[in-house]
Formats: sequence, C-alpha cells, structure tokens
Amino acid sequence: MIELKNVSKSYSTGSPAVKNVSLHIDKGEFVFVVGNSGSGKSTLIKLLLKELEPTEGRIIVGNKVLGDLKRRQIPRYRRNIGTVFQDFRLLKDRNVYENIAFAQRVIETPTRRIRKQVPAMLSLVGLAEKYKSYPKQLSGGEQQRVALARALVNGPAILLCDEPTGNLDPKNSWDIMQLLSEINERRGTTILVVTHNREIVDAMQKRVVTMNKGVIISDEQKGGYNNYEA
Amino acid sequence: MRLSTIVYSLKQGLKNIYRNKMFSLASIATMSACIFLFGLFFAIVMNFQSMIKDIEAGVAVTVFFKDNVTEEQILDVKGKIEKRDEVSNVIYVSADEAWEIFSKDYLKDAGELAEGFEQDNPLAKAANLEVYMNDVSKQKTLVSYITSLDEVQKVNQSEITANTLSDFNMLIGYVSVTIIFILLAVAVFLISNTVTIGIAVRKEEIAIMKLIGATDFFVRAPFVVEGLLIGLIGSAIPLGIIYYLYSKLVEYVQTQFMTLARLFVFLPAEEVFHSLLPVGLILGVGIGFLGSFFTIRKHLRV
Repeated sequence: MIELKNVSKSYSTGSPAVKNVSLHIDKGEFVFVVGNSGSGKSTLIKLLLKELEPTEGRIIVGNKVLGDLKRRQIPRYRRNIGTVFQDFRLLKDRNVYENIAFAQRVIETPTRRIRKQVPAMLSLVGLAEKYKSYPKQLSGGEQQRVALARALVNGPAILLCDEPTGNLDPKNSWDIMQLLSEINERRGTTILVVTHNREIVDAMQKRVVTMNKGVIISDEQKGGYNNYEA
Repeated sequence: MRLSTIVYSLKQGLKNIYRNKMFSLASIATMSACIFLFGLFFAIVMNFQSMIKDIEAGVAVTVFFKDNVTEEQILDVKGKIEKRDEVSNVIYVSADEAWEIFSKDYLKDAGELAEGFEQDNPLAKAANLEVYMNDVSKQKTLVSYITSLDEVQKVNQSEITANTLSDFNMLIGYVSVTIIFILLAVAVFLISNTVTIGIAVRKEEIAIMKLIGATDFFVRAPFVVEGLLIGLIGSAIPLGIIYYLYSKLVEYVQTQFMTLARLFVFLPAEEVFHSLLPVGLILGVGIGFLGSFFTIRKHLRV
C-alpha cells in the first residue's frame, strides 16, 4: 500500500529531515511511527501527502508513483487519503455537520449522498447529537472525533494521523485510539499514526517504526516504545 | 462541474463579501466611482461626437465653374463627385436658384429692387455645386481632386472649421482613452487588494480544502465570484445614477433653456444607454473577473 525506497528529504537550511528511509506498509496495517520532535515524522506525513517532494528516492502509494503525479493530479490523489492532525483543523465558522459535509462538497459528492453519509459518520464517532454544535463549543476529544469523521467520510484507503492525541487528555486519547483501531479492523483502512504517546503505543501492541534524526532505527511487529531512547 | 458546486461558489462568494464588509464596500465604492466617471465621460463624448457630426454635416465645399461650362457638364461633374466615399451629398444650385436665394436673403425688404433684375440675372455665372461630406478630415484630398477638374474655376472651402473639428475629435478620443485606462488600473488594483485580504483571512480554510483534495478550480471559484459580484454591483449602481441624472438634465435643459437646447442637441438617455449600459456592465464585471482571477493565481500556489 505504502512503499518508500531510499527516501531522503533535506531543506535548504540545516541537516536533512529524512535520511535514506525505506519503509513498506501493507494494505490494512496499523502502524505507529514514534520519535522525538525533529526526528522526521512530520516530514514523512508531508511527503506522503505530496506537500513536499523528496530530494532523493521513490514513494509509491497505492499504485501511484508520487514523483510522477502532475500538479493537477494531486487533488484526486489526496482524496484517497484521510488526514487527522494534532490541531484538528476544523472550520471554525461551520458546525459539525457542515464540517464533515465540506469534505464531500469539495469532491462534488451529490447532496443526497451527503445527507446519508454524514449522519452515519457522526454516529460512528459517537457525536450524533452534536451535529449542530460549532467547534468552539466542543471539547478537544470531540473536535478530534469530528476531524476523524471528516477524514473518513469519503472512504479513504489510507488514514494518516499526525499526533492525533497531542492535545488530548489521557481518557480522550484512549477513546480516539480505540476508534482508530476499530476503523482499522472493521473497514480495513490502512492507518499510520505519528505519535509520542508512550503509554498508548506500549499498550496497543501494534507495529512500531521508531525514527531518530531522520533515520529509522527500529521497526517491530507488536512493538513498544520502550526500546527507543536516543 | 455540478450544480451544487456552482451554488456553493456563489454562497461562499457572497459570504466573503459579507465577511470583509469594509473592504468589499470600499471596493464597490471605488468601482462605482470609476464606472460613474467613465459613464459621465462616455455620455459627454457621445454627445460631442453627435454634435460634431451635426456640424460636419453642415460644412460644405462650394464649387464654381468656368464661364463656358454648360449645365450638362456641371451635372457630369456632380456625378463624379457623388461617387467619392467621403462625400455624403451634392446639391446643384442653378444660376436662377442662386439668385433667388441671394435676393431672398439680402433683398427681402426691397422687393422692387429685385424685380429690376428680373430679366437679367446678375448671378448668371453663379451656378454651383454644394458638396457635403461625411468625413471632414478628408476635405483636403477632395478639394485638390475637384480643383484638378478642367471645368472648375474655383473651390470655396472652410478649411479652418474642418481641421479644428477633426483635431478636436481626435483630442477627445485620446483624452478619454487615457482617463479610462487610469480608472481601469485603479479598479483592478482595488479588487485585487480585496481578494488578497479575503485569501489571507481564509488561509487556514484554503489549506484544509487543499488537504482534503479540492481542485484549484474549487478553491478559486468563490474568489472569482466575489470579484464578479463586486464588479457587477459596482457598475450597476453608478449606471443607474447616471441614467437618472442624465434624463433629468436633458429634460431640464430642454424645458428651461430653449436657446441652449437649439444650439446643442442632446442625445436622448435611451440612445446613450443603448451602448453605455452593456459597455459599463461588461467593463465592471470584466474588471472584477480579471482582478480576482489574477490575484488568486498569484496567491493560491498551494
């Protein structure tokens, strides 16, 4: 599903953010990417979204070679990838329903389908009653669920999460992780979670890729955070 | 493109205008001022052109003939002159008619005096052609052509009038083009400014849209709608005002200043607006479109 071959990314200033990274993720996998800040995790997400171009190496997502995608093909490519961020990135002037519907409007889903799918997504993330609320009326956990619903409403094959629990308390963090795990099992969505939440990574017993200073230093099935120290 | 996308773009465009109330109003106001000035200028130029046309139509070249030239030869020359493009009309004035006109103009109070000449026309050699032109600027060529004809003795022309008129016409043309260009530049700059601010305000939203997989078109459409609407409103308002003021003015001049009205014939408002309305609206909407389109192209390289 996701294949990185000897990928490097260096910015014009400073040391390279990602150095010679090779990574293979199968369809339906659930993968944690852990590491300190500055380890290159976020750069990885940006590379996968084709927000950044790698300086070297090849990235293949699905059956698409990202380097071959033209500018005008990027929107269609991104529609197959759901994204969740630490800061939720909801539209503040629109209520929960509109925020999720927005993701479908953008890709020109017929209104009839929007009316059916948005409530279904809302009940999946457990916010069916709050569809009229605005982001600032919701707790962080609830906002992240809205973001998750928005990321999933178009049925993407891949879900990329950049520190999804970074702004949440432990209880909400657990709920979100539980939700992600459920989605992975029930829908078969390939999920990549970038985090440094040690307890969760240790407890979930999923594949863990550890990065440090732009290099993958370990990649274990059913791993934990414990062997990482740098 | 789906209908829902068009509706969405319209809604968002309106929302943008509403959200940046101050800047939208400023753009609409400046746009209105520009189109108002443009319209004013347009109406003045149109009236001037029509007045000049009227005057031009009255400017004539008079052709006199040599003594031995017969009436048939004169009519032959008349036919030749009539065939030329710049000539609109040629009138043959026979010697008898010339005398009649002269005596009517100058001897109307002394009927007996005129009667004395009944049998002996003092203007027997005054048969002439009055040539009216539709393009005064070509008078020189016409005169040199007529002078070159064998039968012609003398050509009377009002060269000063002709040159002044065509020069004045050109001047008005240049001045109006210059002023209109300046106004357009100002309007484009303002719309561009408004859209830039709209983009800055919605930077986050645009980033989210791009992340979700919105096409460039989808992101840009609301801003183009915003520009179009500002252009449309900003041209409709001044056009309405000009229409009202212009018809009032024409009415007022015609009822209050009869002499002035006879001197300058104002075009009716309907005739002015027959061309001003489409030109003004296209100008406004065009400026709105171009201003917003190029601004987002510059700023939305996400």
